[in-house]
Amino acid sequence: MLELTAFQAAAAVADGSLSAAELFAAYRERAAADRAAGEEGLNCFTWVAPEGGGEPTSGPVAGVPLAVKDLFCTAGVPSQSGSRILEGYEPPYTATAVERMTAAGASLLAKTNQDEFAMGSSNENSAYGPVRNPWRRSRVPGGSSGGSAAAVAAGLAPWALGTDTGGSIRQPAALCGIVGLKPTYGAVSRYGMIAFASSLDQAGPLTRDVRDAALALAQMVGRDPCDATSLELPGAVALPSAERLDGVRLGVPEELAGAAAGIEAGVQEAFQTALARAEALGAQLHDVRLPHAPHALSAYYVLAPAEASSNLARFDGVRYGTRAPDAGDLLEMYTRTRHDGFGAEVKRRIMLGTYALSSGYYDAYYGRAQRVRTKIAEDFAAAFDDVDLILTPTAPTVAFELGEKTDDPLAMYLSDFCTVPMSLAGIPAISIPCGLSDGLPVGLQIAGPAFSENRLLDAAHALELALAFDGSAARV
Amino acid sequence: MSEDRVSPGAQGELEAVIGLEIHVQLATATKMFCGCALSFGEPPNTHTCPVCLGLPGSLPVANARAIHFGLMIGLALGSELAPRSIFHRKNYFYPDLPKGYQISQYDEPLCRGGSLGEVRIHRVHLEEDAAKLIHVGASGRIHGSDASIVDFNRGGTPLAEIVTEPDLRSPEQAGEWLRLLRSTLRSLGVSDVNMEEGSLRCDANISLRAAGTEALGVKTELKNMNSFRFIERGIRAEVARQQKLLQGGQELVQETLHFDPGSGAITSLRSKEEAHDYRYFPEPDLLPVSIDEDMLAAARAAMSELPAERSERLQRELSLSGESARSLAFRAELGDFFEAAVAAPAEPAAPAQALANWVTGELAARLPEGQEPRDSRVSPAALAALVGLVAAKRVSVGAGRQVLERLIAEGGDPQAIVAAEGLEALDDGDELAAIVAAALAANSDAAERVRQGNAKAIGPIVGQVMRDTKGRADGTEVSRLIHEQLGV
Amino acid sequence: MAAMITDDEVLHVARLARLALSEGEIAPMARELSAVLDHIATIAELELDDVAPTSHVVDLSGALRADVPRPSLPRETALAQAPAVADGGFLVPSPQA
Ligand SMILES: [Mg+2]
Ligand SMILES: [Zn+2]
Repeated sequence: MLELTAFQAAAAVADGSLSAAELFAAYRERAAADRAAGEEGLNCFTWVAPEGGGEPTSGPVAGVPLAVKDLFCTAGVPSQSGSRILEGYEPPYTATAVERMTAAGASLLAKTNQDEFAMGSSNENSAYGPVRNPWRRSRVPGGSSGGSAAAVAAGLAPWALGTDTGGSIRQPAALCGIVGLKPTYGAVSRYGMIAFASSLDQAGPLTRDVRDAALALAQMVGRDPCDATSLELPGAVALPSAERLDGVRLGVPEELAGAAAGIEAGVQEAFQTALARAEALGAQLHDVRLPHAPHALSAYYVLAPAEASSNLARFDGVRYGTRAPDAGDLLEMYTRTRHDGFGAEVKRRIMLGTYALSSGYYDAYYGRAQRVRTKIAEDFAAAFDDVDLILTPTAPTVAFELGEKTDDPLAMYLSDFCTVPMSLAGIPAISIPCGLSDGLPVGLQIAGPAFSENRLLDAAHALELALAFDGSAARV
Repeated sequence: MSEDRVSPGAQGELEAVIGLEIHVQLATATKMFCGCALSFGEPPNTHTCPVCLGLPGSLPVANARAIHFGLMIGLALGSELAPRSIFHRKNYFYPDLPKGYQISQYDEPLCRGGSLGEVRIHRVHLEEDAAKLIHVGASGRIHGSDASIVDFNRGGTPLAEIVTEPDLRSPEQAGEWLRLLRSTLRSLGVSDVNMEEGSLRCDANISLRAAGTEALGVKTELKNMNSFRFIERGIRAEVARQQKLLQGGQELVQETLHFDPGSGAITSLRSKEEAHDYRYFPEPDLLPVSIDEDMLAAARAAMSELPAERSERLQRELSLSGESARSLAFRAELGDFFEAAVAAPAEPAAPAQALANWVTGELAARLPEGQEPRDSRVSPAALAALVGLVAAKRVSVGAGRQVLERLIAEGGDPQAIVAAEGLEALDDGDELAAIVAAALAANSDAAERVRQGNAKAIGPIVGQVMRDTKGRADGTEVSRLIHEQLGV
Repeated sequence: MAAMITDDEVLHVARLARLALSEGEIAPMARELSAVLDHIATIAELELDDVAPTSHVVDLSGALRADVPRPSLPRETALAQAPAVADGGFLVPSPQA
């Protein structure tokens, strides 16, 4: 039963051929074992449901266990966003995305490890230890939703929720050989997601296949009165069924997939194979230009840290979280609480963001970055005049060694080179596995215009069938 | 000191240049960005939720009525209403600020420009109030340092911040203008505008310059004066302080000041902190506020008559003096009572101006501190009846005052009180003349002095007549009879 | 656009962000920030004068909330996660100390 996708498991529970309690117990046991193994295991989880969980539920995904990234608030369950400063923090309310999944019948299986406050591309920035890649344990799973990606790839959870600010669903999905979907900005409520960069953060599923991604998305989307930036998709999310790509115009942008994009050879090879498959399915391939995409990372590393510096100001040791002991006065209480509670990368980004917003620098950094953002969105809009969808590799490399990039923030940031432009434009994008390079998975990114989720999922579904990626080698 | 600065040695007068920044708590049911009910003195931290506690993951959603009230304020001040305005984050750390930033407006406020009376408005924007810090001092010491506790009940209360241009020239004018603003806001119904309870808070920017010049001097900001009296006294004290410094040839420092109404002292609030750098940026959790035709129409429909309009109408329609009309219009409770009295049938009729004088003078002066006329035992109809009797000289002014005191104490019908107490005016000239003659005889010394031209000496004689008539005599008539009988 | 950020600037920014930095953390922070700022500097070369800034990718105006009260948290819940509590409030070192 652990081989079933979420869709299959829900169907089996619904027709009585599978016991929801047994399914939950089986996953719970595997998750608990990984948690008990600590860094000897994959270290996917920061909390696992107690035994006996998984009460009967009803709804479209009734009885399917769900792993949820740590930064989603879950009432009465630790929600620490991978940070020391929130160690043991139990919120009094549950995030809308999680609430909608459980209202649809999913049961909360575990909270997954992540980079602290979602800042990272390797899951090495967690205060709760790094996560290992189930394909090769010396490698990173990607980040920041690394625990969610590794857990799904390893078969420790049928599916998981993650969040994506500049690639944090798509890149770990790619590095772990699973499907990861970042919806249109606003499609899923951010209420209850511990914020990293508010204008970019978006929740989405990490799943074994494209149909599961659609199934999860369908439960979560829609306007939430608690999130002013949430919106209604123009139509219902449909489960994908396409097997062909006849007449679909696919754009390949030189800036993100060409020679100058820094794509390693093995990844490029798998990407080209996927393009050939797409053509074989009837798609037309077009060259498109995204002239400002190479500047996306720079704009992102102004905008995201700036918003983060403000979003993380609330961690001040007053109302929740840890507080540095024995501070002599208020200023010392603040500065030591934050010094001790935040990890190195978080501090780096708070400093960067504070600097970029500070008096005299706003126009040069924040103001310009917002204008670059406009240009990037315009580039996509122009490209989508000519093509239906855009294809790129999800990440320039396959999973890298733990520790390989921890001393070089810039090298780490380049992991998101292909995913950040879509985040800045607020458009949906999905990563599906498209092959192996050196025995490690390669991700194919498909992006579409805002609200094109159904078209995106159909294309991903057709390609998934054609590519027939086998992820079983990663199962624990 | 450069030429365009205020020169201390000059013989020319220094003139004060004052601008006000007023924070108004809006009388919504819920907070600015969450559904918590506003708090009125409930136990600490009983009106909080994930949003107003700044819990991780919570998000603000703007209160539609706060924006509606903001538009009404803008309409009342004749401001330009922005079709699209945006919220910004103002970033700084303080224990009363749960998110580490205040959601406020920055370069695209809801309203710009406008005026009230002779003072131009710079802008009006919406923001959220801070929480309350209660200093518990040494009793709650944390690791040897004094402690405070934070109560988030007030945190997130909607505020409209109204900023004037520096158009005020004296403390008195500032106080008077603030009264006009308060009655304007009260008649809009957008706030309780109670300074003592903090629903209206005022800061003043103050500088001096040589009268008749345009250059602005160095300004200081006087913070949070919480009553009209303190505002006038505070500004007066700061103007005096600046005057003294400038005339002594010293330089002023731009700084934030606190006025202590107890000692009259002005102290600097500048701490060791570096200058604030609020790092404003557009609040990504809120989309721009677009004002559509429906919102504008709703705000227009909710507008009641404003004090300035009411004052003009009272002068135009009832021929009231400007002073009476303003007194009634700027204190809406008096105006409402007055208009109810005008509308009440009274026989004999009460002239409007006389009624206005009685409402703003006799009645207002006699009500206990803090009581409004509508909360007293005097009904508008009773006052109208009383003023009608006085105006028709059926009751003397003095007796009228006695009746008013009875009305305030017990309520009732003036006619009946007059009858029961025998307070009718003495309309028989001979009877009064006889009482006057007796009083002159009893006060012969005073009578002689009056005869010799000492006008003040008439007092004891009038007093005697009033005592003898229980105040029923008309003072003017008594005075006339005294002079007549003394042949002067 | 600035490339090198000085130790003094690091300390100023750290103060704004209420982050303590130990002696040994200042120079590496200056170095790392400088490296990132250097990379970011490419956007200074773009011609962006006539480009409007994007604050929100969603081209909608704000959804507002009706002014209807919703239940607040019980006080015990509000205070439950606080590091220090007294008299029904969150206890902090006094800002005036
Ligand atoms: Mg303000
Ligand atoms: Zn609240």
